[in-house]
Parts: sequence; structure tokens; C-alpha cells
Amino acid sequence: MKENFCLFLFLLVSVYYAQAQETVLAESMQRGAEIYTDFCVTCHLEGGEGITGTFPPLAKSDYLAQNREASIRGVKYGQQGEMTVNGVTYNNIMTPMGLDDDEIADVMNFIMNSWGNSSDEIVTTEEVLAIEK
Amino acid sequence: MRNSVLTIAFIAITLSYSCAQNTENKVDTPENAPYTAELMIDEMQTPWGMVFLSANEMLITEKSGELIHYKNGEKIKVKNVPEVYQRGQGGLLDIELHPNYENTGWIYISYASEEGKEKGGHTALMRCKLKDNTLTDKELLYKASPNTTKGQHFGSRIEFDNDGYLYLSIGERGARDENPQDITRDGGKIYRFYDDGSIPEDNPFVGIKGAKTAIYSYGHRNPQGLAKHPETGEIWDNEHGPKGGDEINIIKAGANYGWPLVTYGVNYSGTPITDKTEMEGMTQPVHYWVPSIAPSGMAFVTTDNYRDWKGSILVGSLKFQYMERLHMDGTKVVKREKLLTDLGRVRDIKEGPDGLIYVAVEGKGIYKLVPKS
Repeated sequence: MKENFCLFLFLLVSVYYAQAQETVLAESMQRGAEIYTDFCVTCHLEGGEGITGTFPPLAKSDYLAQNREASIRGVKYGQQGEMTVNGVTYNNIMTPMGLDDDEIADVMNFIMNSWGNSSDEIVTTEEVLAIEK
Repeated sequence: MRNSVLTIAFIAITLSYSCAQNTENKVDTPENAPYTAELMIDEMQTPWGMVFLSANEMLITEKSGELIHYKNGEKIKVKNVPEVYQRGQGGLLDIELHPNYENTGWIYISYASEEGKEKGGHTALMRCKLKDNTLTDKELLYKASPNTTKGQHFGSRIEFDNDGYLYLSIGERGARDENPQDITRDGGKIYRFYDDGSIPEDNPFVGIKGAKTAIYSYGHRNPQGLAKHPETGEIWDNEHGPKGGDEINIIKAGANYGWPLVTYGVNYSGTPITDKTEMEGMTQPVHYWVPSIAPSGMAFVTTDNYRDWKGSILVGSLKFQYMERLHMDGTKVVKREKLLTDLGRVRDIKEGPDGLIYVAVEGKGIYKLVPKS
């Protein structure tokens, strides 16, 4: 009986925690969508499709899926030089946007969970803060 | 019979006029360009604005906030540059000299600034002098308000006309429904000042209650090209539209250029902004681009160094990364040409005192177009 109660409590906490996480993610994505419209959409476009050969796509991007830390670093400090995304080589420049760490977390959560992208782990302000140049 | 030929001719002429822009929106890539592009100043990140102090001496702004003094083939960092609000499209922006620089020494700089009570930033204009690679005698001439944390549409370009008036463009700061059509608010405007930053008594909105009287024209979105026509002396701009609908306009006192009530563009999502491309009381563009090229920088060619280029307008394309030459017939664009392809985002273009064209390219630096004989 006591064991059952413990299990029940554990499940309850787990479900509550998962739901809370989902809410946190949804709220972060919502803020991130606004950041995206302000800072990213002119080059990466509304559906994250980019312009082949000029501005790399974010939607279903293998680079983004495989290089979480480098992607956050690119948004935080800017990015320049050659990179290959979905088999296409890009050699362009993205200047640092001047976003705060919490804004970077939000826009990354939006990008990593939109247009067919999905990420198991939410990007937090702490994670962004820890990434150095 | 003769009548019917005339009728057909008349219809043909009418038709060709009624869809005048169609042909203009084709862009050609010439096979044999009249120049070789030579990278004169390398290793620059976002060279935003540039000006010649003399034939071999330039000042170049880096958006990140550095001012570069290029002299005798060397890049020197200028000290005491104003602190910039580095966010989105904001940073250190344009630079221009007083028309009588030799005697006055005044240098004008536009930049995104945090000055003011609210969080965020807005476009500012200052003037200063250059002594021993340090900016001195700094005077803040204008600061748009209120600040906002929005990342887009600061403008800005600075240009003087033949009467010594100073023009400054400021974009609508991402508040298209609040700013561009409201003359009591900053943003989405072209401003006119005396060279000391004071407001001319005959500016169009002087005497109107609540108006920002520095405003000269309104209804703009984000003008990042401003140039004086070499023959008429008029100030022309180019400005970013939304998706589709970039424009070239001739700036007139008190004129309303329509954003966002009339536009040839749509939202980035593809949904319409308005179904109107013209409206009474609003000034039509000289030219519009669909699709958008994201224009930045603007120069009229006055030199004979590049075959038939004299009289053309040069405009940078940030989006498609080339320099566009617009062949002009008066105020009409008759042909478009795609040049300097695949170098990078073309941010600014100037004709130097030596009659050569200089082009600022992001991620690269300053290119000099050496004429081919």
C-alpha cells in the first residue's frame, strides 16, 4: 500500500513536471517567434527555408540538428566563413544581433521546434550564458 | 485600313505604357563589365558607410562601432567614437562630410543610440571633428525617440543638398502602424536640418501642433540609400519594402510616400498588407523592385570612366549580393544590370574624388572598380 502510494506520487510529480516543461517550452517559443520576426526573418524567411546558396535554411537543417552549441554560439557572437548545410556550402556573414541570453534561448527554442524541427532538450538562459566565444 | 493601323498602333502604345514596370523588373547580367574589381581595403566585417577625406584617405564606419581611418594604405582605428546600441540592424551607421569640410572640419555620423529614458535605442545624428585620429568637438544634433528594443529599421543615411541643408533618413523601427504616417512621432521619415542641427523655419511641418518639425517627408519604411542628383540637385532615396516593394523615391517637402497604406509588397508570410499601390495625396515611387533586392547605398555616376555609365544609379543589393546599375532616362528606369555578383552583401557605394567607384561589401571590405580600357 505504502509502495503504491509512493509510485502514485512519483507518477503525479513526473506528469506535473513534464507538463510544466511543456508550458515553459511553449512560452519560450512564443517569445522566440517574436524575436524571429524582428531579427531573423529577413534572411532566413518565414518558413525557415533561407535562400539556397546565400542564407542557410533553419528548417530541417542537419547543421542545426547536429551542432547545438555552435548554432547558439553563432547567434550569440555572430558567424562568418564556410559552413555546409544540407549538402550546400555557404560562405557568408551573420553579424551578432545584440540579443540578451534569455532572448537567444527563446529564439533557439522557437527555431529548434518549428518547421519540422524538434529538440528533446529545452535551451535555457544558463546554457546560453555558459557558451563562450 | 490606315485607320485600323493607327488604332492598333495606339492600342500597342497604350498597353506598353499601362504595364510600364514589367520590363524594368527584369535584370540583365552583362558579359563584359567595364571594370576589374580590386579589393583595396580588406578584412572588414560590416563596412556600413564611407566618405573620402581626400583622394587617398577615407573614413569608414563598421556597424559594430569602430570607425576606420584609411590613410596611405593603412587602417587606423579612430578613438572617442560615440557609443552605439548594437542590436539587430542598429550600430554605427552612416558618415558624411560638411560640404565645406576643408574650412569647417565637420564630420556627420548617424548611429543607433541608447540615449534617453526608455530601454532600447533609436537613431541619432551627431557632428564632430577629427584630430590626431580622435573625434573631438562632439555635438549631438538629433536623437529620435522613444527608444525601442526592436531590432529593425534604423535607416539611416546622411546627405547634403546644394543649398547646404542636411538630410537624414530614419526607418520606422518596426512600428509600421504607429510611426510612418504620424508626423508627431519619429521614424519612417526623412529629416532636414541646417548644418548645425537646427531646424529650418520653412520645413514643411513647422507650426503644426505636436509635429516633429525636423521632418521633411514621411511614410517611409527603411531608407538606406540617400543621394543628391548631380544635375537637378534633388535628394533621392532608396528604401527597403516588405517582401516585394523596395522603392526609389524623389524626396519632396511634406510629401507622404505611403508606407504602410500603399505598397507593392506583402508581409514576409505572404499575406497582404494592403491591396492599394497608390492613393490620393501619396507620392508614387520612381521605381519599385518586385522581388525585393534589399537595397542599400546609392550613387549617381557622374564620371566617363566606365563607358556609358554616366547618368546611371548604382544601388547595392543585400539580399541577392550584387551591385545593381539602373540605366536612367530622366526619372525613368529603362534597364537594370546585375554587377559584382557573388562577392557578398553590397552595403554602400560612392564615387570617389578620382572619379572611380568604390563599393563596401560585408565580410570583405572596400572594392575599387578599376576601369578596363
